[in-house]
Order: sequence, then structure tokens, then C-alpha cells
Amino acid sequence: MNDFLILMKSELAVTVIIFLLLFIKLSKGMNNEALLSLTQVLLLANLLLGFFFNKQGSLFDGMFHTSSLIAFQKSILNLGVYLISLLCADWLKKSQHMPEFFMLMLSALLGMFFMISSGNLLIFYLSLELATIPVAALANFDLDKRISSEAAMKMILSSAFSSGILLFGISLMYGATGTISFAALPQQLDGSPLQILAFVLLFTGFAFKLSIVPFHLWTADVYEGSPIAATSFLSVVSKGSVAFIFISALYNVFQPLHTVWYNLLVLLAVATMLLGNLFAIRQQNIKRFLAFSSIAQVGFILVGITGNSNASVSSVVYFILIYTFSNLAAFGVASVISSATGKENIDDYKGLYKTNPFLTWTLTLALFSLAGIPPTAGFFGKLFLISAGAGAANSSYWFITIAALNMIISLYYYLRVVRAMFMDKNDWPIEKIKTNRITKFALIICGAAILLLGVLSWIYDYIVSLV
Amino acid sequence: MNLLFLLIAPLLTAVAILLTRNRQQVKWFSLIGSVIQLVLAFALFFAYKNERAVATTQMLFEQSYNLFPSWHISFHLGVDGISIAMILLTAFVVIAGVLVSWNVEKMTKEFYFLLILLGLGAYGFFMSLDLFILFFFLEIAVIPKYLLIGIWGSGKKEYSANKLALMLMGGSALVLVGMLGLYFSSGDDKSFDLLKLSQVHFTIEAQRVMFPLLFVGFGVFTALFPFHTWVPDGHSSAPTAGSMFLAGISMKLGGYGCLRVATYLLPEAAKEYSNIIIVLSTIAILYGAFATMMQKDLKYINAYSSVSHCGFVLLGIGMLTTTAMTGAVMQMVSHGLMTALFFAVIGMIYDRTHTRMVAEMGGLMRSMPFIMTVLFIVGLCSLGLPGLSGFVADVTVFMGSWEHPDAFHRIATIAACMSIVVTAVYILRAVGQVAMGPIKENFIPLKDAAWNEKLAAILLIVAIVAIGVMPSWLNELVRPATEIIMNKFSGK
Repeated sequence: MNDFLILMKSELAVTVIIFLLLFIKLSKGMNNEALLSLTQVLLLANLLLGFFFNKQGSLFDGMFHTSSLIAFQKSILNLGVYLISLLCADWLKKSQHMPEFFMLMLSALLGMFFMISSGNLLIFYLSLELATIPVAALANFDLDKRISSEAAMKMILSSAFSSGILLFGISLMYGATGTISFAALPQQLDGSPLQILAFVLLFTGFAFKLSIVPFHLWTADVYEGSPIAATSFLSVVSKGSVAFIFISALYNVFQPLHTVWYNLLVLLAVATMLLGNLFAIRQQNIKRFLAFSSIAQVGFILVGITGNSNASVSSVVYFILIYTFSNLAAFGVASVISSATGKENIDDYKGLYKTNPFLTWTLTLALFSLAGIPPTAGFFGKLFLISAGAGAANSSYWFITIAALNMIISLYYYLRVVRAMFMDKNDWPIEKIKTNRITKFALIICGAAILLLGVLSWIYDYIVSLV
Repeated sequence: MNLLFLLIAPLLTAVAILLTRNRQQVKWFSLIGSVIQLVLAFALFFAYKNERAVATTQMLFEQSYNLFPSWHISFHLGVDGISIAMILLTAFVVIAGVLVSWNVEKMTKEFYFLLILLGLGAYGFFMSLDLFILFFFLEIAVIPKYLLIGIWGSGKKEYSANKLALMLMGGSALVLVGMLGLYFSSGDDKSFDLLKLSQVHFTIEAQRVMFPLLFVGFGVFTALFPFHTWVPDGHSSAPTAGSMFLAGISMKLGGYGCLRVATYLLPEAAKEYSNIIIVLSTIAILYGAFATMMQKDLKYINAYSSVSHCGFVLLGIGMLTTTAMTGAVMQMVSHGLMTALFFAVIGMIYDRTHTRMVAEMGGLMRSMPFIMTVLFIVGLCSLGLPGLSGFVADVTVFMGSWEHPDAFHRIATIAACMSIVVTAVYILRAVGQVAMGPIKENFIPLKDAAWNEKLAAILLIVAIVAIGVMPSWLNELVRPATEIIMNKFSGK
């Protein structure tokens, strides 16, 4: 019993918060502002709890397992949720259904926790569904906007489709190997055609969630239509969690099929980086822009995953930690501007530096980090991903060169935003926005993390020690 | 001496600038900071000379801190003669750049912050002995340039800034791939450390792939033909100090990288590819010179002549003789000083006449004698007048090149020599047109240089003359270091 409490502490904590919010909502005893502060405090406590009492072990016959690496990954997700609650404070305060927003988001988070910890395909599938369906409801949260409902619809249809494929893959996998347990699968995998078919279907399910090209088509529309809080949750927390389970599934469970997935990954990484980058160039809406940029970032994560080594795992975890800060900072600034003025186009940002230097510098730092420019942390993150990819046994110069050159394409469009803010003239720039203190605090945290995470190398060493 | 001082000084200056309240403070903090950097650079120079007399190691003042142990990355600093020469150059250009920007009014704080940051990147680059750190500093120097040109520039500045940033990042992407190639083919004991890598013998197949990546990657920075196209646009659109830093410092990053990383670590491939380098750099020299003849804008004149002069750097490296390589380093220093001064003068003229077109000027000697005298000096230096640094550098490269007895090298050398004649044509024509002849009426009341401009010009002229009159100190500083690089070719 005691073991149960400790091993499942993250899941239990999130469940407790969900129920607390539910009771408060039902009793109608609190105004929005107080409730938001309470939630923020609870989420902070939840985040801190993640760093204590970490034990390795498994429950329910290996259906659920956890380790210090998994605990750290959960902490990254917790951090993402906490930052979102700070960054989108303005928007949340205005919303009439704030407790529901958090309940949905935390339910999805709970699903992600179970997904990362899952020890068999069935639990994995269930938790993946739990992690997806609430997000579709989140996408619909701008209740008075049609585009938001459209986004939710697209999200639910495409994820139902991908779940179908995933489930088909799981059933084929069970038929081909006779087991669904992660621990027993590797011994049964011998690369027979049926197994490979099942694996490719499973892979497709992952690819949908990670929006790897050619399964990325839902991403931009959903990102654009959803409220920014939901978009940032989708692009950071949701992507991160799937990437964590993806890499651990490939390395620990499907290692016998290494040659199959290596070639797949190389192909998809190149396609994802290129298409994500090329489409990002043409975007006008900042959310669509960040959607395509996040597709390209996933391409870089895939480059790291091809490395098939412990260095790859640590680089991916490190990158996602940095990506959390950078992307959330970018979305945070977009959210502040959007909730104050309703403007979401890059052209609207012209001349922003004159009126809002703080927001401009934060967004610039975030974009530089996403582009991988030193001294921001993104530079180290990207470099380690590429190095991990270059360390693969059969890595080629072509692949690494394409990855490195993709950094230039991405720089081009990130600089477009920077140029709009600093250089372009605008007679009617966005007027001075008064940022509330909590949001400002969160943006400063993000900015500081972007500057320091790379230079303070012990953080990376810590991740290495966990792997 | 502790090399960290040279990183901390600019860093503190940058932080201080951020904390200032008004324009005056910004300017004075930057000036004080850059004076400290110059003093430190000189202190380092003298400490190095003393130490070198007794020391036997290749690098001096080494220090190393573990940074990312799992990737074998360490913050490894150290200097040899080449680094010292480049650091001195950087310190001179930084202080001159700060002085000539005295009247920048648009976002002064940000302007000086970026200038100092650029300097920081350059110092770090010239001191790092770990490729990862070297790469880090190389990239740090790119984005400030983008912002400097894009925000404070003139003309088609957005286009130029973008072109520059993307081409330089493209170059550094190639460097990155080459660097990872070095790391993963360095045997069981993988390392990014320059000194360790210099002990590793890479297979010739690996060298054949890595050398072009590294050389072209760094070459983009130093206007290797045909990747020079960012140079004219970038230089002409940049603000005065931006052009000075760009031509004086960042183009030298590339030359230094070609020499220190590509050629030093991969000698056999360098030998194989040397003919291609020579051909490309000769083309750059001649093409740059002839293209300059056609230019009407003073900044374009200097930008294209920079392509030509930087060709000498690559030519000297490609010749693979100790003398030519020493000449290449001297050319880097000389060109850095000279071109910084040239851009400074152009900036001074433009501030007064509001034009950079040669044809629209004339007789300026009467209204601003000091500025015109400086223009003459820098012009003469550019065309290689004995007694100034340009002559020393050019001649050293030619002498080194002449050591090759075969026809191919001789022809390349002669062709490169001929560019000096072309240089003389365009320099004398431009300078004559600007300074001599009848003066236009509206130019008569223009004022001569202010104290800050005089100081900047005098500093750079002193350095140019010091090299020109007493080239031996620079030669003695650089030659031992290039000998070590050349030893990789002969002795092994």
C-alpha cells in the first residue's frame, strides 16, 4: 500500500487537484481570481512534489512502472502546465469556465502520466485516449468562436482516426507475438512481415500524435482555432509526453526491429523538418506559424532519436525541457498580446519594440532559442540532438548536413518575426500593454531559463545521470 | 595572465550598458570598457612575449573547465601567437568602433550592447581550444550583426541583414557537420579538443569529406569565392561601426578558422585541395579588384576591395608554406585595421556630406583636411605602399607563394600580384576625386573631424604604421605558431 502511494504519487496528486477543483466548482464558493491563484499554488506544489520521494518500481504486474527518469519527465510536463496557468492568467480570468479548463487540462495530464508510465500496450492505449479527448474539449474552449469548434472537430476526428490505426496495430501485434506486455515483447519480435506491419501501424499512431509529416495535416488548423492556452498545452506538454513514450518504446520494446525504424525515422525526420520549415515561411498567423515551427522541431527530435543511444535519450529529454520554456515563452507573449488587443498576425507585431520592449525581448529570446542561436539554451539542445543523431552507427554525412541546413531555413522565418518587431515601420503599432505581475513573472522565468539552461551544464549532466 | 579577464571585461561592460540610464552613461561605459579591453590585450601581448621566451608548449595560459562531460566538452582556453595578433586587432577595432559611433542617437543602449557582444564573441573565438566552444562563439557573433545592420543600417538593410545572417549561418552549419565528423572519427577517446584532435591521425577518406565542409564553412565568413556575395551588401548597408566590425573582425573569424581548424587538423586533405583553394582565392582577388573599379559608392568600393584583400588571406593559407601562412595572418591583421579605418573615414565623410557617391564629392581637402589625410593614408595602405601594413602583408604572402617552383603556383602568384595595379587605379581615382579638385559650395562650411573621430583614426593609424615600419615584431609573434601548423605537413 505504501509503495502504491509513493510510486503513483504524481498521478494521485493530479487526481486530488482535479477533485478539489470539482468540489469548488460545485459549491460555487470562490470568485475566478481567487480560484486561479489557488490553482496556481496547487500546481506549483504539484510540481515541487515531483522532485521528492522518487522511487523505481512497478505496480499491477508491470502494467505501471516508474523510475527517476520517468519522474523527471513528469516534472517537465508539470512544469509546462504550471507555466501555462501563469502565462495565460489574463485569458483564464476572463473565462467563465475556468475550473473546467483546468479539470480538462489536468485530466489530459493524468492520461499522459499513465502513458509515460505504461508497461503494456493496453494501458498505453487507454492513457493515450485519456490524454487526447480532454484536449479536444480544450480546443473548443473559445465558446463564442466558430473556428474553435472547428478546431475541436478536426482534432477529435483525426485523433479518432489515428487511435483506430493504433488499435489495429496493437491487435495485430498481439496476434503476431501473443503478448502485449512491454517486458515480454522484445523476446517475441523476430522481424516477420506481420510484425513489421503491426509495428508500422503502431508507429503511425505515434506519428499522428507527434504530427510527423505526412500525418501533420491536422496540426495547423487545430493550433490556429484553439485558444492559446490550449494550443500551448497541445504543442508543449502533449508533444513532449508522446515524444517521451515514443523514444522509450523504440529503444526498450522495439529494439529488435532497429533497422526498420532507423530507416523510417531518417526518412520522416528529413520530411518533417523540411516541410515544417517550408510551410512556416509562408504563415501570417502567429499560432499557425508556431504550429509549423513545432512540426519542424519534432523533426529535430527525430534526428536525435535516430542515435539509438543513452545520449539520444538525454538529449531528447533536455531538448524538450528547453523547448518547454522557449515555446511557452513565445506562446505566452502571443497570449498577452492576443488577450489585450485580439491581434494574432505577424504583421500586427510591426514596431512592437517601440511600445513593448519587454515583450519584444522575451519573444526574441524565445525565437532565438527555438532557432538554436547561442547563447540561448536552444543552441545546446539542438546541437546535442544533432550530435546524438550523428553518433548513430550508420549515420551519414548527408543526413546530418540536411539537419544542419534546416537550421538555416528555420532561422529565416524566426528572423522574420524579429524583423517585424525591431525593424519594420508601423504607424499604428500595438499600444503599450500592461502585463499583469504573474504573467510577467512567468515570462521572466522563461527568459532566465532560456539564458541559463545551456550555460549551466550540470542540468544536462543531471539528466545524463538519470538515463 | 588569466585569459578569462578578456571575456569578463566585455561581459561586464555589456551588463553595465544594460543597467545605464542615459545616453551619456552608455557611451562612457562602452568607452571605458573598450579601453580596458585594449589594456588587457596589450598586457596579454607582453605577458605572452615573456612567457614564450621560456615556455615550450604550443599554447600558453591554458585553462580548462569541464562543461558537458558526457560529450567530452570542456571550456578550454589558450593562446598562441596567431591568437594574440587577432586579439590585439579585435581590441583596436572595438575601441575605434565605439569612438566613431559617438553620435548614434537611435537606441544607443542597444547599439553599444550589440557592439560589445560582437567583440565578446570574437575574443572567445580566438581563445578557444575546444571546437564546441569555438563554434559557440562563432555563432554568438552572427546575430548582433544581423540586428546592427537591420536596425541601424541604411539602404536595402533588411535584405542585406537577412542575406548576411543566412549565409553566415549556412557557413556555420557546414562547420558544425565537419566538427561532428572530427568528433566521431577521433577514435575511442572522442574529443572536441583542438590539441587532442591535432594528435589524432584521421584517415584520408574521412579528411576528404571533412576538409571541404570545414574550409568552405569558415570560408563563407571570409568571403571565399563564390560565397562572397554577402560581403558587398552587408558592408554597404551596415552602420559605420557595424561595417568596421564586420570587415575588421568577423571576416577574420573565417580566416582564423580555416587556418586553425581545417588546415591544421586535416593536413593531408589540405594538400589535396590546395590547388582548388588557390584557384578560388586568385579568382576572388582579381574579381574583387575589377569589381571595385566599377563601383561608384565609397562603401561598395571598400567592400569589394575587402573581397580582394581577403582573397590574399586564403591564398596564403592555400600555398601551404610557412612564410605564406605567416603572411596570411599578417594580412588578416593588416586588412582588419585598414578596412576598419577605411569604413570609419567613409562614415565620417557621409555624416557630413550625406552622400557616399564618389562623383558627387570633390575638393573636400579644403574643408576637412584631417579626414582627407586619413583617407589618403588608408588608400595608400590598401594599395600596398611600403611603410604601411598592407605592403608587409602582401609581400610576405608573395614571398611565401614564390617558394613553390612550379608553373601553377607561379602563375597564381603573378595573377594575384597584378591585382595591386588594379587596386592602385581605383584607390587613386576615388581618393583623388573625393579630396582634390574644385570644392562644391555646400561642402565648404563642413567641419573637420571631432575629437572622438580623430582619436579613433589615430589609434588605427598608429597600429598600421607600427606594423609597416617594424614588421618584425608581428612576424616573430606569428611565425612560431605557423611553423607548428606547417610541421604537420612535413614532419608528422
